[in-house]
Amino acid sequence: MGLTLQSTGASILKEMFAVQTDSQADLIVALAGNPNTGKSTVFNSLTGLKQHTGNWPGKTVTNAQGKYTYDGDKYILIDLPGTYSLLANSVEEQIARDFICFGQPHVTVVVADATCLERNLNLVLQIMEITDKVILCVNLMDEARKKGIHVNLNKLSTLLGIPVVGTAARTGEGLLELKETIKSVAKGQIQTRPRHIEYDRLLQEAVEQIEPRVHALLGDKINSRWVALRLLDSDQALFEVMDHFFNFVLSADEALAENLAKAQLFLKKNHIDLNELRDRIVASLIKTAEKISKQVVIVENKNYNYFDRTLDGILTSRFFGIPIMIALLGVVFWLTIKGANYPSALLATIFFHVERYLTFFLHWLGAPALVHEILIHGVYRTLAWVVSVMLPPMAIFFPLFTLLEDLGYLPRVAFNLDHYFKKACAHGKQALTMCMGFGCNAAGVIACRIIDSPRERLLAILTNNFVPCNGRFPTLIALAGIFLVGSAGIFSSLAATIAVLSTIILGILLTFLTSRLLSSTILKGLPSSFTLELPPYRKPQIGKIIIRSIFDRTLFVLGRAVAIAAPAGLIIWVMANFSVQGQSLLAHCAQFLHPFAQLIGLDGYILMAFILGLPANEIVIPILIMGYMAESSMLELDSLLELKQLFLDHGWTWVTAVCMMLFTLNHWPCGTTLWTIRKETQSFKWTLLSFIIPTVTGIIICFLVAQGARILGLV
Amino acid sequence: MNRKLIPLNQVPTGFYGKVKKLIAEGQARRRLLDLGLINDTVVEVLRKSPAGDPTAYQIRGAVIALRAEEAAKLFVEIIHD
Repeated sequence: MGLTLQSTGASILKEMFAVQTDSQADLIVALAGNPNTGKSTVFNSLTGLKQHTGNWPGKTVTNAQGKYTYDGDKYILIDLPGTYSLLANSVEEQIARDFICFGQPHVTVVVADATCLERNLNLVLQIMEITDKVILCVNLMDEARKKGIHVNLNKLSTLLGIPVVGTAARTGEGLLELKETIKSVAKGQIQTRPRHIEYDRLLQEAVEQIEPRVHALLGDKINSRWVALRLLDSDQALFEVMDHFFNFVLSADEALAENLAKAQLFLKKNHIDLNELRDRIVASLIKTAEKISKQVVIVENKNYNYFDRTLDGILTSRFFGIPIMIALLGVVFWLTIKGANYPSALLATIFFHVERYLTFFLHWLGAPALVHEILIHGVYRTLAWVVSVMLPPMAIFFPLFTLLEDLGYLPRVAFNLDHYFKKACAHGKQALTMCMGFGCNAAGVIACRIIDSPRERLLAILTNNFVPCNGRFPTLIALAGIFLVGSAGIFSSLAATIAVLSTIILGILLTFLTSRLLSSTILKGLPSSFTLELPPYRKPQIGKIIIRSIFDRTLFVLGRAVAIAAPAGLIIWVMANFSVQGQSLLAHCAQFLHPFAQLIGLDGYILMAFILGLPANEIVIPILIMGYMAESSMLELDSLLELKQLFLDHGWTWVTAVCMMLFTLNHWPCGTTLWTIRKETQSFKWTLLSFIIPTVTGIIICFLVAQGARILGLV
Repeated sequence: MNRKLIPLNQVPTGFYGKVKKLIAEGQARRRLLDLGLINDTVVEVLRKSPAGDPTAYQIRGAVIALRAEEAAKLFVEIIHD
């Protein structure tokens, strides 16, 4: 299938061990924890990095690294993927476990949610089995206080035998203490004595038959009791990695093999098969967690989650759940379209005033006409359009979307939609990777790691492109805005909203359809098991949302667009101004594409813009404008209305706008996404397929719409 | 106390069930166990999603959604408190 746990696991491992230390003296700190415990917020508060955090499981999809200095020492912080356990062998769990085992961090900090300690303790206990140098950071203490949940940290520390620090990373509470504790443990000033899990007598006996030999072979490199347990558990993946990192083939040791066989026979005699063994291991962990939690957590108010339950009752209600979801999305788009209009026009005006001054300036410098042409008409104008068309919608859309994300709404979306994913034989978490795709399809593809089953993961990867990303949203919104918000008034922006919303819904329907089709053809199979956590709602921090979404997302996307648009502008300008046989290169290309493009309701220039837009979808519209302008008598654009006129002059009708919107939704993924798919699937075949599927879909849909409109005489 | 065991997916919303048996195998079994669904764990059936499946459960302080196929592998004894 091209995507095996091993192949992906190995490549990820290579990536993650590239911890960048400046000197040997740097101290490495691994940050582990359940998803949704505010782990990334702890990471950001410690390092000052702005890694995006989201209130849904599986957010940290790659290992982020950050640095901080404390008391004269440099610390390298590694943010491991959020996991509930280290036993179940998903790619993410493997990454986290392998780093803790073989990355040799000086300290491992486990971040836990104070409002849900018992569940979090499972992971804490497992990590304590692997390494002694563990600190428990009980985060979200503020949330817990609000809910009337008290955690006795001192007692917890005594019971676990490791340092425990209470924090509220969002407000900075407890972080200094955390840094101090990390320092003390890293430097050996605090000796930790992690409590050992008490397994039942039979298991203990079996472990004792193997452990001495393991210890003799591996010494203190790794906890031998834990390795012995994994040996009994026949955890093959672990031993492959162990061979790799210790350069030592554990399974080749005869004495050990003999002991192991003896221990296994012993278990068998006592009617403990592999399933039973695993059950007992997990049961011991869970029971220990329960016992500890009972001693340290006091819940004042038994109805502490009343608010969450009520809100869930509305947002996932049988009748209103899905309508509310669509309405929320609609409101977001409406605000974006309505709100972006004015600043877009304003920016355009400003930019084209500046253009005049730049022209004067270049004249004053005595620059040759060619340079002026290239810089102003080629590069500057493209940039001006990218910024004025894209910046306002993004600056409104991203904060709104981030708000929903921070609230914890996205897992509810997954919950509402899961049934349809199941019908498509796909994984429910695909809804989460789709949401991530709204931001960036490449990120969405990486996020597919949260899906364990290789088949379903491929489905999610191959269909991620059906959600329009950052780079394509502005095109959709601009087209809807330009063609449907012509006449002022509330109804026109409502129409534009409905147009964008329908495009998104179409994308979602296509995702279901394609997943279903793939499941019954080349990716045959039944849906695998699915568990989804619905984390508590969190009060969003408006200020941080605005700052984060502007800096992390808006400016990032804009920066990428500008970086690619500038050279692209240059190339287009050259193509538009160098003639072969009395016609510009651009016109030649457009003419060549035109007959086919017309069949699908576009024109040669539009199709060419899509092709040249392969590096980044953001530049499709700018390329198109340049293409048209090179041909057009109109040299200056100073408002969006003139942009519409430019399109109309080139024979656009509403069908052209609709087809271009549809093709924006359905065409090949951008270069970055394709590269990411290649990396994630380790397969050229799947990468090619991820290119073909949306492209063919787009061609078919646009063809049907264009020809349908023609036949029905609508244009 | 010899009460009838029923699959978790058949427990009505608002009721509590005590886990008595898990028939899942392999990976699915591990995943359910990792959620803390060992014997004698009390599970509250919170609500069904708009399409009737999956269902959200309160398990050891966390809200977890399970598809009917998974929940059917857990046999519980309904408790009335």
